[in-house]
Amino acid sequence: MMTWDLHIIWYILLAVLLAGYAVLDGFDLGVGILHLGLRTDQERRLGISSIGPVWDGNEVWLVTFGGALFAAFPEAYATIFSAFYLPFMGLLVCLIMRAVSIEFRSKFHFGWWRGFWDFGFFASSLVATLLYGVAIGNGMRGLPLDERGEYVGGLWNLLNGYSLLTGILAVTMFGLHGSLYLQLKTEDKLQARVRNWSWWWYGSFAIAYAATTAATGWLHPQSLENFRAAPWAFGIAAINFAAVAMIPWSSKSGKIGRAFVLSCVNIACLVALWFVSLFPDLVTSREPTVASLTIYNAASSDTTLQIMLWIAILGMPMVIAYTAVVYWTFRGKVENLY
Amino acid sequence: MLLAQLENLDVVTLSRWQFALTIMFHYLFPPLTIGMGVVLVYLEAMYLKSGDLLFKQAAKFWTGIFAVNFAIGVATGIVMEFEFGTNWATYSRFVGDVFGSALAAEGIFAFFLESGFLAILVFGWDRVGPKLHFFAACMVALGSIFSSVWIVIANSWQQTPAGHQIVQMTRDGVPWVVDGQPVMRAEIYDFWAMVFNPSTVQRLIHVWIGCFIVGAAMVMSISAWYLLRGKHQDFARRSLTGGLWLGFLACVAALASGHFQAKNVYRTQPAKLAAFEAHYETGPAAMTLLGVPNDQSESVDFAIAVPGGLSLLLHEDPNAEVIGLDRFRPEDRPPVLPSFVSYHLMIGFGSALLLLYGISVVWLFRGKLFANRWLLWLLVFSIVPATIANHSGWVAAEVGRQPFVVYPPLLTDASGGRMIDDQGHFAFDESQGLRTANAVSRSVEGSEVLASIVMFGLVYVALFFVWISVLHHKIQKGPEPVGLRKSPENETGFIEAATAISRHEEGLMGDRDEDAEDEAGRSVEQQDSGEAR
Repeated sequence: MMTWDLHIIWYILLAVLLAGYAVLDGFDLGVGILHLGLRTDQERRLGISSIGPVWDGNEVWLVTFGGALFAAFPEAYATIFSAFYLPFMGLLVCLIMRAVSIEFRSKFHFGWWRGFWDFGFFASSLVATLLYGVAIGNGMRGLPLDERGEYVGGLWNLLNGYSLLTGILAVTMFGLHGSLYLQLKTEDKLQARVRNWSWWWYGSFAIAYAATTAATGWLHPQSLENFRAAPWAFGIAAINFAAVAMIPWSSKSGKIGRAFVLSCVNIACLVALWFVSLFPDLVTSREPTVASLTIYNAASSDTTLQIMLWIAILGMPMVIAYTAVVYWTFRGKVENLY
Repeated sequence: MLLAQLENLDVVTLSRWQFALTIMFHYLFPPLTIGMGVVLVYLEAMYLKSGDLLFKQAAKFWTGIFAVNFAIGVATGIVMEFEFGTNWATYSRFVGDVFGSALAAEGIFAFFLESGFLAILVFGWDRVGPKLHFFAACMVALGSIFSSVWIVIANSWQQTPAGHQIVQMTRDGVPWVVDGQPVMRAEIYDFWAMVFNPSTVQRLIHVWIGCFIVGAAMVMSISAWYLLRGKHQDFARRSLTGGLWLGFLACVAALASGHFQAKNVYRTQPAKLAAFEAHYETGPAAMTLLGVPNDQSESVDFAIAVPGGLSLLLHEDPNAEVIGLDRFRPEDRPPVLPSFVSYHLMIGFGSALLLLYGISVVWLFRGKLFANRWLLWLLVFSIVPATIANHSGWVAAEVGRQPFVVYPPLLTDASGGRMIDDQGHFAFDESQGLRTANAVSRSVEGSEVLASIVMFGLVYVALFFVWISVLHHKIQKGPEPVGLRKSPENETGFIEAATAISRHEEGLMGDRDEDAEDEAGRSVEQQDSGEAR
């Protein structure tokens, strides 16, 4: 077994930040994916209201993940961000579009204005989620690198079958997550309708989940090696599977809160499993002769990792406190005012 | 043919344009939020102290304006964090150990604070008590200030690097060499020396002052507009008076801080100050007020200048020698024209604002400001020069840093004097810095950057018009009339009622649809027919 060092701590912290992002922004991306299913203007306003006070804070988890990756593993940050140049530019447009759609939709009453932002909110949420999934899939698959650790693949290399499958997995996962969140925030007829969607999303997710699991084992058997070395990781897989299996059960007995928590556990476990599979790589090289970027050779100096750890120890409890205060303040159903 | 020409543009030029475009668009918003954050804290404090509903009304209105700016600031800010990696990967590899930690600290200390408490600030009027609401205002203002702290630290380190050393990277414990070249990077050895590098404090103060001017100008602009239109008079007078004091004092402070900063730039980056002033020849230096720098003749055409002015400001002696551009090899000089123009725009507009706000303060004392229409009109438009002054100040700072992205120190001899080579040039210790031309991503192609520039261009033009029209709409609507709501003493009795109808409608901007009540009937019908389908 490897020794417990700063590099591993930072790898785990990155996993925590990414899992936090996926769980939190996952539901508001999901609400965006479901948005056009809400029919009337009033329903759409409720949908947006349900995430209004929190979406921005959720997105900060991504910003902090990016900053932490930059600071702790600059070589990996540089390679990943320049490799995904065009997809990430597309992602940025989606993130801008989402922010603006959420904030500006209600400003005017013209039908075309609201229609435009409604579609923008939906499309940007969908494409952003798809791109996250594609990026995660490529991470699992590895990238062609040169000796300096630069990406040498071009755009089309990134759009492969496996990564598109993980893209679909991400969309179904956030669609399900968003539909459970929306059930928590709505009542009566609307809630009942969203509940019907949940089943549909659950089915799609289950299929994508099974297909991705099979494809990963088939195409990327190297991803399973770490499980041999660290059998405890099977525990995460078991929790993951149990959470997925229990969602319909909780949902059926009307325990939506529990179903939502299970969905959070599902997402967090999937992120954790991804990190376990990659370890100790941050960017796996597809060429066996070229070294991968690992948490050791891509890292900042120990001094920086140490300083950053102090920053994290100081900052994270505060972050959790603010997050808790905001979610507590805006707990409960979204009220229907109209 | 044009396309073929564009294809020839290299990744460096395109990436610089893209960064300039995206950062300048982004920087329309942070100064507004930093400047207006202070205004919100003041208004909420006054409301808490006096219980005067006018303060609450004002706080609510300005929170709405604040939130519009904040939303776009967040959306365009993420772009910046991505671009270090997407376009400037080689730079990121070189500086990540130093620069990355400042950026990560910004995320963890500033962004979470801002985004979390902004929700309470905007939607929390009926959900939390006035004290917690005031606390939220303080936290949002503090968050936006923290954010500027870390960004200015990171940028100042690029200008005057300190607390780090340049070392060769290792792979598997062996010094790393690629294609015969050792792979070098900057690593921190003294965090606080990096944080308090020789330019951080002065630049931070100057940036804050600039933000206060923009925030104050925004408040004055809208208030003066209301006065001209004869609307919301009480509210507008109060806001204008407060904004005017903030703006006037900030302008005075900008003048003082600018003076000390110019001295500091001369001490740490003499080539930059020489480019600002188009001071080509080492010797006594005039202060050029207007003119066009001419690189061919190495002089300023059509110059209107104060002889000995720059020498006097830097050395308190009009005949003192000031290092000119001739002390630097041509390839080490910043481009003079953009440095000169942006620096002079900043000073010109800054001085004009000081004059305008000074006159307005005098008119305020004479009790005639609110009736002076031409002065009010000037105040409406003063947001434009305030913004240009801020932007051109940054352009000067960044262009003047060229051709380096991490500015290397000048070589010095054992006694600390600057070394001069046989052609009379100062020599940079290039191993300690990084040229902009060597900083871009190697795996990205010019056509890709061109595509993203076009994309950002289109998105940002659209965004700009959306922003202006939403702002216009909010200004037209004006502050909510006073008297509909209870003062804090009475409010406690209504807590149940208030929470029962708590409204957090749609997004962070928190203003609800004012036509919503009229719509109520219609939307119920819509819902019914929707269900029936």
